[in-house]
Amino acid sequence: MTTIAPPVVRTKEPTKSSGGRSGPVLWMALPAFIWFLAFGVVPLFGVLALSFTTWNGLGTIQPSGLTSWKATLSDPGLPHALWVTFLIMALSWVVQTPMSILIGVFISARKRYREFLAVLFFIPLLLSSAAIAITYKSLLDPNFGLGNGLGISWLNQDWLGNSTLAMAVLIFIVSWQFIPFHSLIYQGAVRQIPTSMYEASQIDGAGRVRQFFSITLPQLKYTIITSSTLMVVGSLTFFDLIYVLTAGGPGDATRALALAMYQQGFQANLMGPASAIAVILVLVGLGLSLLLRRLGGRSDDSQLEGA
Amino acid sequence: MTNNPVSRRNFLGLAAGAASAAALAACGSDGPSESGGGNTGGGSGGGSASYWSLSGPPGEPVRKAAIERFNKANADSKITTNFFQNDAYKQKIKTSIGANQGPTMIWGWGGGGLKEYVNSNLVEDLTGWFGENAAVKDKILPSSFGAATVNGKIYAMPIETVQPIVLFYNKKMFEKIGAQPPQSWGEIMALVPKFNAQKIAPFSLAGQSRWTNMMWLEFLLDRTAGSEVFDRVFAGEKDAWSDPAVLDMLTKIQDLVKANGFQKGFSSTTADSNADQALLYTGRAAMMLHGSWSYGIQTAQGGNFVKDGGLGWMNFPAVEGGKGDPSNTVGNPGQYLSISAKATPEAKEVAKKFMSTTLVDDEEKAGWVKSGGVPVLKNSESLFTGGDAQFLKDMAGIANGAKVFAQSWDQALSPTAAETLLDNIAKLFQLQVSPQQWVDSMNGVIGK
Repeated sequence: MTTIAPPVVRTKEPTKSSGGRSGPVLWMALPAFIWFLAFGVVPLFGVLALSFTTWNGLGTIQPSGLTSWKATLSDPGLPHALWVTFLIMALSWVVQTPMSILIGVFISARKRYREFLAVLFFIPLLLSSAAIAITYKSLLDPNFGLGNGLGISWLNQDWLGNSTLAMAVLIFIVSWQFIPFHSLIYQGAVRQIPTSMYEASQIDGAGRVRQFFSITLPQLKYTIITSSTLMVVGSLTFFDLIYVLTAGGPGDATRALALAMYQQGFQANLMGPASAIAVILVLVGLGLSLLLRRLGGRSDDSQLEGA
Repeated sequence: MTNNPVSRRNFLGLAAGAASAAALAACGSDGPSESGGGNTGGGSGGGSASYWSLSGPPGEPVRKAAIERFNKANADSKITTNFFQNDAYKQKIKTSIGANQGPTMIWGWGGGGLKEYVNSNLVEDLTGWFGENAAVKDKILPSSFGAATVNGKIYAMPIETVQPIVLFYNKKMFEKIGAQPPQSWGEIMALVPKFNAQKIAPFSLAGQSRWTNMMWLEFLLDRTAGSEVFDRVFAGEKDAWSDPAVLDMLTKIQDLVKANGFQKGFSSTTADSNADQALLYTGRAAMMLHGSWSYGIQTAQGGNFVKDGGLGWMNFPAVEGGKGDPSNTVGNPGQYLSISAKATPEAKEVAKKFMSTTLVDDEEKAGWVKSGGVPVLKNSESLFTGGDAQFLKDMAGIANGAKVFAQSWDQALSPTAAETLLDNIAKLFQLQVSPQQWVDSMNGVIGK
């Protein structure tokens, strides 16, 4: 009996006051909170403050009211950069999501050769974006690239010099790089679906395709939302890949917001307008992630009814 | 489990993700300080000074040799060094100076970048020092001082090499089509279809690097209208780009693009990979407009191409009916060394001693000649010997014979105007903007 006593005391403690329970929890969250405050919130407000100033990165920072905002908002480059950003976001989602789900479902089956393939699929995720960009840039070089090396002339397109092709190449590389990651998420989610559902549907005479659309896909709903949020918010910060691959070119065909911010701040020495773009980037990111959460609907619906 | 706490927590998490993008802008001022190193910084006392410059051949060995010579000759004082890659250096020097962590000696390209330092009172006025040390000033080519001068005062010492931009050509390709190197713009346009018929690109161009495209406009504008138009832009005169000559040369360049004057896919070729130069020495392209430093690269990477006399070079040809002097050239009239205004008096003394002794001695001169460059120091012609002699003689001839040696536009203008310039030039070559649109957007950043 005495050995059972301590747990009883422990479980009773929290019920005395709700403050007693949240106290230690808050305390444990403190390091993370301080970290977030120092490297997330403080720079965020710093950037907000900078967007109301004029600064070339060298001299003194001079408050200049709305000058930077006016310059940024009246710049025709901003709507273009927003458009490019949304285009990259939408296209990469459209390409990545179906591919990731299919590959995720495929590798979730516990078969030897599929587990082997899963390891291969995973490789692009191990490489850094800069390395990927440099490699693809060399492969796609119209004069010294892959097409020339293999003697396949249709590969000798102006891949990164034509606006449409450059965007397509960018989406392809982004997808190539991140589909493994999202496949992994879907693989885990598919394995969570109770096999009893599939067994029941088999008795009802459902085929593989019917099973996929009626069981697998609805069961993956929340995973799709999670994966989409990661894709959409992640695509806002694509910088390294674009910077190395096309530097925003040809012309400004692939100049997304993050790149426009860098060029304003660190190449044109206009820290004020660059900070304004950064604030816009934050607002767009927050807006999108909130929207995706709304689309997710009420999370207290059970997905396992009747399972 | 209620909905609210979850969404708030995730909201914060996502905010952190989005904020990290914003933090990129804020981090800049902190980054370089680690590599800057407080003890090598401008504030260090005693007889020591710090020097930052670019890494990589052909410059770095010559720079290192100069520092070693100075440190050996001056036991009581010491210069510490830090070398960075080109693009990384541009970034680090700016942020470290902004954070008061910069070196005693600031290496740069003069012009618009230097002007920005001057406006923020970050570099020493060397006018008086050059007055007292007339012997030092007298050893340097006078034409190199232009880009070191802001508002009539000298803020930097010209060092290292003079680098005009020249038209390189592959002699074998000209033999193949039985033609001579072009003497005028009309001849250039006439050569284009002849080379294209032989499946040789008339010109090699690293279009993604943008400044490579700019060299074309620099020469075309100079040959068409003389150096005065850009001088007015540089002086910040309103609507200075609205000169008929500008529209004329912009139309010419788009005509060349439309006639397939550049290799297929030039917009995705970059200069840092030297792919444009490889096109020339592998015989895929016949001509290339490039800085004189390209000679060293083609010698090193082109096998026997340069050694066997395959490479030709000339100043950019005249444009029919143009007002510009065909002897004019564009490029880097030198590299520049300034002294940080924030450095201690002792460090400044060490830097000045380094500049007045080591940087103008004969070994410095010989070192740069050996690296394949024309020194900014006078009387280096006698050192031009061996296989590179003819090239060096011609480069010195172009540099010294030029009525106007203009500085590259992106170096002459402020970084803000230069970025807009490069952006619009890329769009022009991409045929994304018309000449008139180009002029309008460039007029918008005059004087900025």
